[in-house]
Amino acid sequence: MTEIFGVPTQALFGQLLIGLINGSFYALLSLGLAVIFGLLNIINFTHGAQYMMGAFAAWFLLAKLGLGYWWALALAPVAVGVTGVIVERLMLARLYKLDHLYGLLLTFGLALVIQGLFRHEFGSSGLPYAIPKALEGGTNLGFMYLPNYRAWVIFASLVVCLGTWFVIEKTRLGAYLRAATENPELVRAFGINVPRMITLTYGFGVGLAALAGVMAAPIYTVSPQMGADLIIVVFAVVVIGGMGSIMGSIVTGFALGLIEGLTKVFYPEASNTVIFIIMAIVLMIRPAGLFGAAR
Amino acid sequence: MPDAGDGALLAVHGLHAWYGESHILHGVDMEVRAGEVVTLLGRNGAGKTTTLKSVMGMVARREGSVRFAGAETIRLHSDQVARLGLAICPEERGIFASLDVEENLLLPPKVRDGGLTTAQIFELFPNLRERLASQGTKLSGGEQQMLAIGRILRTGARLLLLDEPTEGLAPVIVQQIGRTLARLKQEGFTILLVEQNFRFAQTVADRHYVMEHGRVVDLIPNSGLEAAMPKLHAYLGV
Repeated sequence: MTEIFGVPTQALFGQLLIGLINGSFYALLSLGLAVIFGLLNIINFTHGAQYMMGAFAAWFLLAKLGLGYWWALALAPVAVGVTGVIVERLMLARLYKLDHLYGLLLTFGLALVIQGLFRHEFGSSGLPYAIPKALEGGTNLGFMYLPNYRAWVIFASLVVCLGTWFVIEKTRLGAYLRAATENPELVRAFGINVPRMITLTYGFGVGLAALAGVMAAPIYTVSPQMGADLIIVVFAVVVIGGMGSIMGSIVTGFALGLIEGLTKVFYPEASNTVIFIIMAIVLMIRPAGLFGAAR
Repeated sequence: MPDAGDGALLAVHGLHAWYGESHILHGVDMEVRAGEVVTLLGRNGAGKTTTLKSVMGMVARREGSVRFAGAETIRLHSDQVARLGLAICPEERGIFASLDVEENLLLPPKVRDGGLTTAQIFELFPNLRERLASQGTKLSGGEQQMLAIGRILRTGARLLLLDEPTEGLAPVIVQQIGRTLARLKQEGFTILLVEQNFRFAQTVADRHYVMEHGRVVDLIPNSGLEAAMPKLHAYLGV
């Protein structure tokens, strides 16, 4: 069997694949957080719960309505995004003029409430969600076996992340968003309905979290706790990449997934902490994050 | 004070405005007729900038009456006011750092027909054409001012609110902006201009309102400006 640095290549590539999968979710989730923070100035601690709601929405659509994975991919982000719109209109909209801390407290409390409600309703053991028929099985790449569903997750995440980046950095709508992030009063005085744009941006960021939740449902168990476990790491990713940086959150998400995977191969004991070690180092050297600008 | 009557494009009556707890405007009355260039003169803190922002709907709280083309706007938000055909060029210019020059120029959406084309804007400000791919805030102060004025010319807005467009600029740029304002007046734009430099204001304006302590205290037609000079010096403390 071939080895690299004394590690079998099978194990190495296997862990890199897992790292890339985790990275796909880190990137999708930290992207949503970055989009929301950029325009709303709110650190959305509900993000993990909204990711979980996306997974549950997929489960619900299948179990109760007979609508499968592909339907869930389209419907769950919209449904959860609408709950986000309601939360923004009813609650977050009242906090924009206050310190970051209030948004953080509200969204954190909201996450606990949502998780509690789901635990009460569904228990904490988790629900199964099958891989869709079209993506069952896998491909032998010669040096490793690649399950089709995992390849799809990586591909879909890349497409969604880069698509979001493109819209924000290269289109007219994105120019409105970037301008409103800098000076919302002036953008509004040019005739753009900034409050509506803020509401829809939050809905979109929440929808991204729900989309990640749907994609996660066949890989991880659908459980009320699934978001809370992941979101801590995602916040570390956001801090490393730089709050509000779009490309930073995408690159950092995938890169840290890979680093985590590599650590599992070479020094498994550190695999759960390596991201936080990197975060501490980045904070010492570049407090605004690798891609962030001080603000 | 002569009444502009029903011909006024903008009619402001008893306008009060607040920033948080501070009461800045205490009943401003003024009118701007279609096709006019009108300036607001006054010392720092007299309420000139706040008057422009209040007309635009950019203050948190305002009371009184601001009629544009006959329609009351006092209860509208700034985006709704903009869609009636008003546009502002703020004192700090408001060029966006995360947008390049072209994106800055194309940012304000068209609110009605009749705006200048980008080709016409480049004719007024040839420098901008050379710098389209630059980051907005990498431009010189003069170029940023041209960008800030240029971008509101394409929207079809009929009334332009310009807040100290010559502030801090070299004399040659000030002259270019003066020529531009004269040209815009020819094109039929109506302009309400805040200006510290009344020598510059004299070259472009039809009438001058003088503000003190959040009120309009005098109206001087441009033809009477020389005669009113002693009075003006007293108002402005120059």
